[in-house]
Order: sequence, then structure tokens, then C-alpha cells
Amino acid sequence: MTGLQILNLHHAFDKTPVIRGVSLNVAPGEMVCLLGPSGCGKTTLLRIAAGLEPVQQGDIFISGNHVAAGQNGIQVPPEKLGVGLMFQDFALFPHLTVRENILFGIKSVTAANEQWLINGLTGLGLDGYADRYPHVLSGGQQQRVALLRAAAPEPQIMLLDEPFSGLDVSRRNVVRKRTLDFLKTTGIATLMVTHDPDEAMFMADRILVMENGLIKQDGKPVDIYFKPADAFVSTLFGPLNTFTGTVKNGSVETVMGHFDASQHQNGDQVDVLIRPEGITLSSTNPKGTPLRVQSARSLGHASHLTLTSDTGHSSAPLEILVRMPGVYLPETGSLVYARINAGHGFVFASNRAKQTLL
Amino acid sequence: MSSSLPHQTSSPETGRWFGLCSSNIKSYLRKNVFNGWALGTWVLAALVATPIIAVIALAFAPSEDIWPHLASTVLWKYISTTLLLMTGVGFGTVVIGTATAWLVTMCRFPGQKIFNWALLLPLAVPAYVLAFVITDQLEYAGLLQTALRAIFEWNSPKDYWFPEIRSLGGAITVMTLVLYPYVYLLARAAFLEQSVCALEVSRTLGHGPWSSFYKIALPLARPAIVVGVTLALMETLNDFGTVDFFAVNTFTAGIYDVWLNMNSRSGAAQLSTVLLLFVLVLIGLERAHRHGRKFHHTTTKFQELPSYLLQGARAWAAFIFCLIPVLLGFILPAAVLLNYASIYYQDTLDANYVTIVGNSLGLAGISAVISVTIGLFMAYGVRISRTPLIKIAARFASIGYAIPGAILAVGVMIPLGAVDQGLSNLFIDTFGFTSSLVLGSTVFAVIFAYSVRFLALSFGTLEASLGKITNNMDGAARTLGLTAGQTLKRVHFPLVRGSLLTAGLLVFVDVMKELPLTLILRPFNFDTLATFVYQYASDELLEESALGALTIVAAGIIPVILLTWRIVQTRTVRAPTEMQMKPNP
Repeated sequence: MTGLQILNLHHAFDKTPVIRGVSLNVAPGEMVCLLGPSGCGKTTLLRIAAGLEPVQQGDIFISGNHVAAGQNGIQVPPEKLGVGLMFQDFALFPHLTVRENILFGIKSVTAANEQWLINGLTGLGLDGYADRYPHVLSGGQQQRVALLRAAAPEPQIMLLDEPFSGLDVSRRNVVRKRTLDFLKTTGIATLMVTHDPDEAMFMADRILVMENGLIKQDGKPVDIYFKPADAFVSTLFGPLNTFTGTVKNGSVETVMGHFDASQHQNGDQVDVLIRPEGITLSSTNPKGTPLRVQSARSLGHASHLTLTSDTGHSSAPLEILVRMPGVYLPETGSLVYARINAGHGFVFASNRAKQTLL
Repeated sequence: MSSSLPHQTSSPETGRWFGLCSSNIKSYLRKNVFNGWALGTWVLAALVATPIIAVIALAFAPSEDIWPHLASTVLWKYISTTLLLMTGVGFGTVVIGTATAWLVTMCRFPGQKIFNWALLLPLAVPAYVLAFVITDQLEYAGLLQTALRAIFEWNSPKDYWFPEIRSLGGAITVMTLVLYPYVYLLARAAFLEQSVCALEVSRTLGHGPWSSFYKIALPLARPAIVVGVTLALMETLNDFGTVDFFAVNTFTAGIYDVWLNMNSRSGAAQLSTVLLLFVLVLIGLERAHRHGRKFHHTTTKFQELPSYLLQGARAWAAFIFCLIPVLLGFILPAAVLLNYASIYYQDTLDANYVTIVGNSLGLAGISAVISVTIGLFMAYGVRISRTPLIKIAARFASIGYAIPGAILAVGVMIPLGAVDQGLSNLFIDTFGFTSSLVLGSTVFAVIFAYSVRFLALSFGTLEASLGKITNNMDGAARTLGLTAGQTLKRVHFPLVRGSLLTAGLLVFVDVMKELPLTLILRPFNFDTLATFVYQYASDELLEESALGALTIVAAGIIPVILLTWRIVQTRTVRAPTEMQMKPNP
């Protein structure tokens, strides 16, 4: 086996468990994103993978080598692991120049290393910065230096801890694309931690959703979005409309129509979750559920609408949120007709506690 | 690196738990105790803590119990005198330190910019030096009384009343004058960083300057003031020169007396433990309030301070109030010593001045290097280890600064004396003759004691400095292939170089000034500047030793300059490099 494998990892701080049985693998050339809210244990997982936090229970393999085992106390120190780690705050050494920072991890610098450095700086738009000190660089430039520094010793595994969270929103997309391109050319196995679902969707070949020290779902970005394993995963991308109902003959009826509930027992209370962008509204086509417009606001690229169910159906929430592409601003108080887009409408066992959180 | 796949987890439940527990303990020991840094930190902490533990052990050893004797004779005298001295110095330093800090930070009056740093100058004068100078000037044959007699045509002490300088009151005055800068420094910092916005709010809500001071600024600065006072009181307990010269019977004087005159080691140790109780209370107070200070950093914004422009009589009053402590605490002793030194320098030079300066510089230099080395090792060991136990051990080892020198001297002599005794017995047994003293009352003992006492200075400075470097720096260096030691050398060392120098200088200067430890532990006929000045001046030969005293004061100016520089820096915008090194939350 090559790449990174983590088996049944447990970890606790002062007896408070932060990781509760996590297994994962990252293949060479693959970009895997750990997605989850802050405090879910993802950064700890990354630090353990880098050897900076000793393994308490579980095993880690890098390129097939057993580098850490909680059972018998194998713990290869971080400097022997050959893992590149990029920090959220970049952690550039303030007393070293850009060149010294990037070549820091190389024992004896050769002409080939120097050439790699020059190519790398040029490739990432940093030519001419080799002899500057970190504090004169912008956040985006520091990020790229940190990336080059982590990649310079040619590690087999690259770990990225929220690498874009320190950057301006306007710069993020460009830097993400550049970073992704750079990593793809190296063929390295990359594990990236983020709390930003858009970032995970954009970067990842595979997303691992983490909550409370457990991996909730492991899948392709499209599947995370369209086939969430549970209500928590579905809400990563923002609040959803929750409709309640009881299963009858393998299906549940709500004000928005029937949904397949063959996974659930007849008579079960279930929630039907629908994303705001999973509903299409029409003012003219009367096929669909009639809803009354409470407010409509335009963001330019999309319009946000709040609506209420006119029928007073018990399954409907007080307000239904809808996001329509482009400018769609019907009059307040007017009646529109809603239909569910294909692939939307997730049915989960009812969870009142979760619902109040939304 | 073996690649055994982890299938063992499917073993029976009980066996798994057993295996887990024992391997947990083993791996805990391996990771936390038996790695070089942690082990080294433990050893150093234990070594440094030895004298403190030795004092307590000896005090409770049943061998020679002089408790009843002490209790029936001097104990209560020591306790009451020490408490009175602490109360007086505490009150004096709070009033002078807080009031001057308030005046220079919040008011504008002539000389305010100069007083900003000049108020620190008395820190350069050791209490015993000021005691000698003030006595010299104010006693019967001194300048002031001679002048008064000439003016009022008095002929003898019977004709007028003049306060006795060599008294408890005199000791309080002298110590207040040289120790108030501790309170001033911390109160000033507190006023600067805490109350700017709060004060403005208070003013807009209708409180005047005085009311705002009592209702807002003072309560906000109180933790800092308490820390300052506890530091001043620790120095008060440490003082030996002043109380000895003024014949004030404090604990420190008592320990010295019982040790050297009554020749009772356990008696000295027993007195030391009582004094340790005082110290523990002070440490507790200081730690509690240092913690409390953290709540008060509500704003980090650079803002012009509101300044009350004082005019006329009030400006003069502020000027004089700030001038008096500087005048009495620094200008007067410096001028007198300078005057004497310029006249009598030949006497000092004849008294082996060069050798003595060499001794002082050598001891101070060696102790500074040792303290900084140990301090850096321990601070880094604490940083990279994960157990809170090591932090506690290091903290315990660095309470030396709070332990009065007399106690430490006792504590150092006990273990070293035991080693000497053992060596001597060994020599008699094997060679038939006795060895001379190897460790006790040698330069080695003196340096060891200095290192224990001043470790806190270097450890504290370096721990704070390392704390400003984010842990991610360590992580970055380690994942890039450096060991813990290489990381220290290539990342931390260059980043804390300035602090290493500061820490070294602080230890250096404190060793130059140190008296009680040196007096007890030094080898026969071995003098430092401090012991030389003490001996000459207590024999009423201040003039002849003035050059030596002046040298100590000159060395004492160094940390004042460092602090002044920091004060100037406080009010400027932070450099961008510093923002890189912000601590990891």
C-alpha cells in the first residue's frame, strides 16, 4: 500500500475524547478533504498524522510503513516521517528569507534544489521574492511560500490545515486553483482540513465529513451534496427547509408532495430536508405547491425568497426558504408555485433536537 | 519499521484492556519521562530545588531542636519586626509607586517626560548602599545635622531632637525609596494599557478626574499593583545589609545571627522555614494576581492618552512629588558616592579594588551564562513536553527569586556540607588523612546559590520569549526533518537571541548587587564588590569604599536602561515581525 492510512484512531485530551475511532486512507495523487465544523477533531487528526501529537490508540501507515501504533508504542518522530505540513497561519520562520524558508527542510542543498526553487517561485508568481523576509509578503504570497517549503523535501504525504482561511475572500479562488494545480503536478497524497464546504467541493477528489471525532460520510463531492448520509451532513452547505411527515406504504406525504421513504418503517416520523436551491418557483405554471411570497431579495447572481404555505398544512415549516438563480422578484403577497428539483429532498428519521438547531 | 497489520484488536476484551493499560504506562513513560529534554528538565529542576527542600528537611530533623529556645527569646521579636517592616515598605511603595505612575501617565507637567524613566533610577541602588549613604549624611556628624547645629547654635545632641536614622523607621524609608520602582513599573504599565477607553467612558458619564481614578483606574490596576508590592516585599525579606547595619531584628538578620554567631545550622533552618511561610504567602498573592491581570486586556489599540494639563501650584506639586523619590533614591546617593570616590579613590584602589572587581565580574559572568543555559534548557523542555508535571517542577525550581538569600545559603550549605563530610570520611578511610573542603564555602557553592536564586530571571524571560513563538513554528521545523534539538538551534535560538542577552544581563547585575548569599557562602578572604562595600561601610569607612559602591550602582543602571528602552517601545506601533511571532491560542 502507498499513500497514507489511518486505522481506528482514538485520541483524548485530558480524558475528553476528540477522535473516536477514525479510519481513512489517501492514495498518491489524491486530494482528500476533511470537512467539519470547528472543534470536530480534524486539526488534531492532522497533527497526529504529522507525528506532532503522539498516537494514543490506533495505527498509522505511510507508504506501507507502520509509523505509529498506540498498542505497542511505535512512534516515529515527526522529523523522520517525510510528511509535509502546511499550517493555517503558515508559520514561516520570520528570521529567514523566502529562499532560506523554502530550503529549510533540505539537508544539503544541491544545484537541482536551487533550480527547483526558482521554478517553483516562478510557477507560483513569486519570482524576485527569494531574498525577501516573510513579513513584507502579503498573505497570499506567504501561503505560496509555505506550500513550497512543505513540498521542497518531496514528501510522500502533504497535509494542509485550513490553508486558505487566512486569505481575502477575493483572493481565495485564485490561490485555491493554483495550489490544486501545483499539488496535482507533484502526484503527492494530500489530506486537507477545512470547514468551508465550497472549498472542499472545489478542491477534493473525495470528502470526509467529520463530526464529534467521527467520520460521518466518505464520498465524492457530488455524493456529499446530493446523497448526504444524515441531516448533519446535509446541513453543512447551509440551512435546509424541514418538512415533517409519517411514513405510509414506503412513502411520505408533505405539502411539497410525496417522497420515497422505503428505507423507513411504516408509521415512522420522518423529516424531509430540501435545500433552498432544490426548489424551483414559477409565477405562471400552476403545476406544483402554491406558496405565498413573504419577501424577495436579489443578490444579483441569485434571488432569496421567503414563503409560507398557503394551505396551513401541518407538515410545513413556518417559513420556506428558496434560492432562485438570476433575478426573480415576485410581488410580496403574491402566489407562486413550487416544484422540487430532481435529486433534492432527503428523508431522515425525525430528529426534533436537530431541527431546533436549524 | 515493521509493517505488522493491526489485527490484534480482536483479542478478548479483558486481555485487551490489560495490554492497553500496561503499554499505555510504558509508552507514557517513554514519551514523557525518558526523552532527553524531559529528563534533563527533571534533573535540573530537582538540582535547583535541592536547597529549598534541604532547609525544610533540616528544620524538621529532630537532632538539635532549638524551637523552645527561639520561641522564648527572639522568635516573636523577629516576627513582629518583620511584619512591621513589610507593612511600612508595602504602604510606602504603594503610595509612591502608584501616585507617581498615575502622574506621569495621565498628567502633563514640567519634567513629566523625564520622570517617566527617571523614576526607575533608584532600582540601580542596592538598599544597603542607600542605607550607608543616608546614615553618613544624616547622622550626628553628617552634613545636615552639622548645618542645623551651626544655624541654631546647638552644641550637643541634648539641645535638639533628630530622628534616629538607624532604626526600623529608617529601614522602612530606605527600602521604600529603592523598591517603589517595582510598583511604579507595573502600575504604570497597567494604567497605560488598561484604562484608556474605560477612563474616557467614565468621563463622558460625568465623573471627574479624581473620581475616575478611584472608581476605574485604581481598581483596574490593582492586580498589577499587588504584583509590584509582592516583588518589593520579597526584596524586603531578602535584604540583609540594611537591617544588619540599622540593627533591625528581622528574620533575615536572625538567620544570619543564629547561623554564624550561635553556630546552629538547624536553628537557622528552623527560622528559615518560618520565613518561608511569609514567602509562600507572597508567592501565592503574586501568582493569583498575575493570573487576574489577564482579564484586563480589553483593548490593544494604540490611543492617545487623555492627559490632564496641570498648571501653577498643582504642576509644581506634581513635579516635587516625583522629584523627591528620585532625588533621595538615586541622585543623592550617586552624588555623594561620586564625590567621595573622586577624593578617596586611591584608598579603594589600594584595598585590592581590581581583584575585587575581577571577582565580581567573574562570578556574575559565570552565573549569568549558567543561569541562561539552564533557563533556556528548562523553558524549552517545558515547551515541548506534554505533561503538566514538568511545568510544575520547573515552576517550583524557579521560585528561588522569592527565597531570601540567607535561606538559600543555609539550603546550599546543607547538601554541600554533607557531600564534603562524605568525601572527608572516604579520604580518612582510604588514605588515612582528611580532605579539605571541596564544595562548601567555595566559589562553586556561591555560583550554585546564585544560579538557584536567579534562575527565575532567566527562565521567566526565556519562557515568555519562547511563548511568543507559535507552536506551529516547531511543527513546521519538525515536519521538515529537524529534531527537537536542531529546532531549538535553528529556529528558537535566533528568534530569542535578544531575550537571551536580556536574561543574561539581568542575572549579571543582580549577582553584582547580591549581598547576603555571598556573605555567608564566600570562601575565606574572598571579596566581591558587595561584601567589600558592606564591610568597609559598616566600619564607618564609606568614603574609602565609595568607588566600589559606585561601581555597583553603575552596573545597576544597565537594567534600568533596558527597562527605559522597553518603556519607549511600549508607545510605538508594533513591528510587523513581531506580529509573525504571536502566540498560538
